[in-house]
Amino acid sequence: MAKQREIGKAGWGRSLFAGIVGFVYFFPVLWIILTAFKTRTDALEIPPKFLFSPTLDNFRSVFFRASISSDSSQATNFILYFFNSIFIAGTAVLLALIIGTLAAYAFSRHPLRGNDTYLFIILTTRMMPPIVVIIPIFLMFRLTGLAGSYWGIILLYTAFNIPFSVWLVKSFFDELNPEIEDAARMDGSTDWRVFFGMCIPQIYAGLAATFVFGMILTWNEFLFALLLTGVETRTVPVAMARTLGGEVGVDYGLLAAIVTLFLIPIFFVTFLLQNQLLRGVTFGTVKK
Amino acid sequence: MSIELKSATKVYGSLTAVNAVNLDVQDGEVLCLLGPSGCGKTTTLRMVAGLEATDGGDVFIGGKRVNDLAARDRNVAMSFQFYALYPSLTVAENLAFPLHAEKHNAQVIEQKVAETSRVLQLDGILNRLPGQLAEGEKQRVAVGRSIVRDPTCFLFDEPLSRLDVQLREEMRGEIKEVLQGLSKPTVIVTHDQLEALTMADRIAVMRDGRIEQVDTPHNVFARPANLFVAGFIGTPQMNLLACTFEGMKGSAEAEFSINGQNNITLDSSQASPSDSLSQLPAGSAVTLGVRPRNLQLVSETSSSSITLSVDLIEPMGAETLAHLRNDQNSLRVVTDWKVPIDEGESVHVQFTKGTTHVFTEDELLLTTL
Repeated sequence: MAKQREIGKAGWGRSLFAGIVGFVYFFPVLWIILTAFKTRTDALEIPPKFLFSPTLDNFRSVFFRASISSDSSQATNFILYFFNSIFIAGTAVLLALIIGTLAAYAFSRHPLRGNDTYLFIILTTRMMPPIVVIIPIFLMFRLTGLAGSYWGIILLYTAFNIPFSVWLVKSFFDELNPEIEDAARMDGSTDWRVFFGMCIPQIYAGLAATFVFGMILTWNEFLFALLLTGVETRTVPVAMARTLGGEVGVDYGLLAAIVTLFLIPIFFVTFLLQNQLLRGVTFGTVKK
Repeated sequence: MSIELKSATKVYGSLTAVNAVNLDVQDGEVLCLLGPSGCGKTTTLRMVAGLEATDGGDVFIGGKRVNDLAARDRNVAMSFQFYALYPSLTVAENLAFPLHAEKHNAQVIEQKVAETSRVLQLDGILNRLPGQLAEGEKQRVAVGRSIVRDPTCFLFDEPLSRLDVQLREEMRGEIKEVLQGLSKPTVIVTHDQLEALTMADRIAVMRDGRIEQVDTPHNVFARPANLFVAGFIGTPQMNLLACTFEGMKGSAEAEFSINGQNNITLDSSQASPSDSLSQLPAGSAVTLGVRPRNLQLVSETSSSSITLSVDLIEPMGAETLAHLRNDQNSLRVVTDWKVPIDEGESVHVQFTKGTTHVFTEDELLLTTL
């Protein structure tokens, strides 16, 4: 493809510059990953050590905590917390994407009187910091008994992701050629078939991009998760924060191991959808 | 089968896009909707298709009122300006798409797709995706998709506007050939008059949501119903001269003064309609319209000629377009390229019989002299 050849054209100077900038951005991540394999002594060494004998102890202690009083080790709940994070974020983002896509299509193809006002109002929910709304939401959750349940936090994350999904997906629908939908209609398709058979396949890339962005935001969310999840529904960021205390100060190795594990699903999703993602982000910028 | 519009109207807010349009297209007839952009021709087409609801009037297809029928239930085939090929389907799947909706069995579908691809020479590209096709091939697939099934009528929205000049000429012939074999009512929307003149059985010229004239290509060209049609059809554009009708000179000659100067006497013995000019009161303001190809350069001045000087010359190959001007008037004249003519030169221009149109003050055609 012609596109791929162009990458080589950047030349050594620019490629090197881009590489340096990339390294600077990636360094904290690299540092965390390295720390995850260090012993406590190595982790706290000054100046920092780059060469050390790696250990998997930190990863073991994510799932099994050695007890000080006895020799037997005790299973931690981290498997559950990882499941919670994946389940809650995945379900919420998927729900937001489905609802958002339907809404976006309506906003794009069947505009209401005052369409832009509605869109603006939808976006205002993202304009204030979450801390502002935490008290009313907390009270609502107490009142409805949603606090501490899976559905409670999933619904909340869904609601927070919908504005973003609507806006992003609408921009993808806006880019489509409406003649194709007209043609499908003329060729005997129902509105549902036009939507699922013609529009959706054309914006797969955009949907993937929206999913990944939503996923990253939700995956890292801490404040609501801290206040609205219970022992059974706790997500990894909250659980991570709780390990910070401890009897012997901050265990940086343990923390780094959790973070490293925590990065894996997001890395995985992003790499899996990388091609779609690129196309999604550049959607509409390429001449048709 | 036939298509009929009865005072069809479409309103967008304060804009009346289509204003009480009456049209009928018979079986096997090709009607071109021709007009400048924004005149409502595409909207009219979309009302027939069922993609736009009518705000007034009725649409009949095959004698049946279809106002309340959804596009998918009208059994109308339409080809779109940007082809509207389904991007995720191959050419073969694109062709088969309308057939699936009609619930044919796989064998019938395969057979019909094969037949259509043979007619339009698509055999080599059946497995390609629309993104991999050249413009001309896309156009062919779009046409193929509309003729693959057996609809009640065909609609084409600017079918050739995206092609380059050479391909356009080629496809124009091809589409015309395909249409002749179909004998279904067909409506083609275009802003290209050459396309309309060559492909249509009848042309409907539109302006600002109204139909200005519906007639055969020849009549639209030779007997424009009003000033707009006169100025819109034909290249180079028709000369339109503001005149005063000075009255009849005898029974067979009419005298005009062009812009208060240049009196000119034209033979009205073969005027059609013949008596309308004699009923026009002397002193009425009229507009004379004459095509650049119907003016002759003559060596002797006469009562039916005016004298101008050559302002600019545009060679057009076989012909030469000369822009002439005197104090008050300017004229465009097309002559054979062999006629020697120079810028700055003074020439006499003669009106030829049967080609000068007289338009009244309300812009309607009065008669042709």
